[in-house]
Amino acid sequence: MSQDIFNISIAGENSLIVYFGAEPSPHIAAQVSQTADYLRQSLGDLLIDLVPSYASLLVIYNPLQTDHYLVRSAIRSATHNLQQSSAQEQGNLVSLPVYYSLESGPDLQQLADNADLSIEQVIAIHQQTEYRVYAIGFAPGFAYLGEVDKRIAAPRLATPRQKVPRGAVAIADRQTAVYPAPSPGGWNLIGLCPQPMFDPGATPSMPVQTGDRVRFNAIDREEYLALGGIL
Amino acid sequence: MGGFKVIQPGIYSLLQDAGRFGWHGIGLTTGGPMDRQAFRLANKLCGNNDDSAAIEVTVGGLVLDAKNHSSIAVTGADIPLTINSKPVPLWRTHHVTPGDRIELGYASKGSRGYLAVAGGFQAEAIFDSLATVCRESLGGLHQDGQPLKADDILACPESDQQPRLLSVPENLRPDNNGTATIRVILGYQQHAFTEVQKQLFFSSEYALTNSCDRMGYRLSGAQITPSIGGILSEGICLGAIQVPADGQPIILLRDRQTIGGYPKLGSVLSLDLDRLAQLVPGDTLRFEAISIDEAHNALLLAEQKFASTKLETVDV
Repeated sequence: MSQDIFNISIAGENSLIVYFGAEPSPHIAAQVSQTADYLRQSLGDLLIDLVPSYASLLVIYNPLQTDHYLVRSAIRSATHNLQQSSAQEQGNLVSLPVYYSLESGPDLQQLADNADLSIEQVIAIHQQTEYRVYAIGFAPGFAYLGEVDKRIAAPRLATPRQKVPRGAVAIADRQTAVYPAPSPGGWNLIGLCPQPMFDPGATPSMPVQTGDRVRFNAIDREEYLALGGIL
Repeated sequence: MGGFKVIQPGIYSLLQDAGRFGWHGIGLTTGGPMDRQAFRLANKLCGNNDDSAAIEVTVGGLVLDAKNHSSIAVTGADIPLTINSKPVPLWRTHHVTPGDRIELGYASKGSRGYLAVAGGFQAEAIFDSLATVCRESLGGLHQDGQPLKADDILACPESDQQPRLLSVPENLRPDNNGTATIRVILGYQQHAFTEVQKQLFFSSEYALTNSCDRMGYRLSGAQITPSIGGILSEGICLGAIQVPADGQPIILLRDRQTIGGYPKLGSVLSLDLDRLAQLVPGDTLRFEAISIDEAHNALLLAEQKFASTKLETVDV
């Protein structure tokens, strides 16, 4: 792999953005995570923050202590370092319990009908994939997971809901997510997850980070309630 | 511990420190003062660090009762300030004693004022900061992202030694009149905008619309069209100028979302965001392109100027 596939652009007075490719993939997600880890080490206090996303990494630095030339060269070292490490860091594997049902997933029936599948098949297919955390954003703790099996991919609702409950497991196109807090939302709801996705009082405050892998496991109503789930 | 009681919270008054940094990875924005320069000067007048918490008052209406001896300063927008009904000037420190009533009227020019107190307002930090971000339900007096409300008690250290009364020299006070020239560093998807589109952007006057909050300012003016509709969601830095399908730019500010998928032309120099923060809907602005090196020079010069700013001692 040649180094020039990594494109570094200016984002703002204190930010450079690194593009790793045109399409998200597990390979690129691993590269984004590795580059972020490397820059945290190499830039230290010069670094203000990082925003990893699908196929890019925003690098925010302190412009009073360093400049874009030095940060650019740190990014080049990071990407060069990637080429040499053949063993891919694959991120943690996190398992999230889901109570799938018509009661907890109000769009399950519609999604199954549109996909010409049974509800059981939709639930089985959603659990078969090992997802990658491609990005975190939109709201604190909102993790974008991909990619959803084509058979159960579904467009966003024409009219978003005013209120999606905390823990709602949802699908939009080829992405899936767990709503960390009640919020408006237009994704298709297929179940509820009792595990908090964002808890400011906990360390860490999120069970996943960008680059991690996620699997969903079906639980029944009793287990959901026993794990603290609310209906 | 001394303190203040909120008698009337005003239109929208938020506890803000320098901001919440290092938490973009879990989707948290930074928050922090919309007019950073005015915020820092208010703190400097009170002998505080830059990251001490002050109150950002939008438009005005805040009324506080002092519970203890302290010193305060108000900077930013032109907001009438009275202590015990007596008009007193902005941009300088004032001593307050228990029972004093501090009243802010409504801005005649500009839109955001900063009220700082010696020692800074104290509250429990969440994710290392007191910055109030309503959209995230984080920060502020009760860590829940809510604006100040009547009967809130704001704690601050009691000042035994009366610090000197200080004033910001006239020539260092910004003039918040109705038009602004905003410097822009081209970047991000700038190549998705043709030279003609960029020329149009930099030669046109834009007006601030009513859609302006701490998250972003939507402008209206010449429509500019990127050659691409959307991009894979990516990190958004402070001041990023995104251009949605309607061609009307949106400048993303302190409470911006951390990632998004609209094409971006570049980002506004943070020094000019202070100016932008004081505009009101209908005010006009123009853009001027600068290089990243010019941006760094401007930042270093501004920092040097701030560090060497000598506040004047007020004769009492």
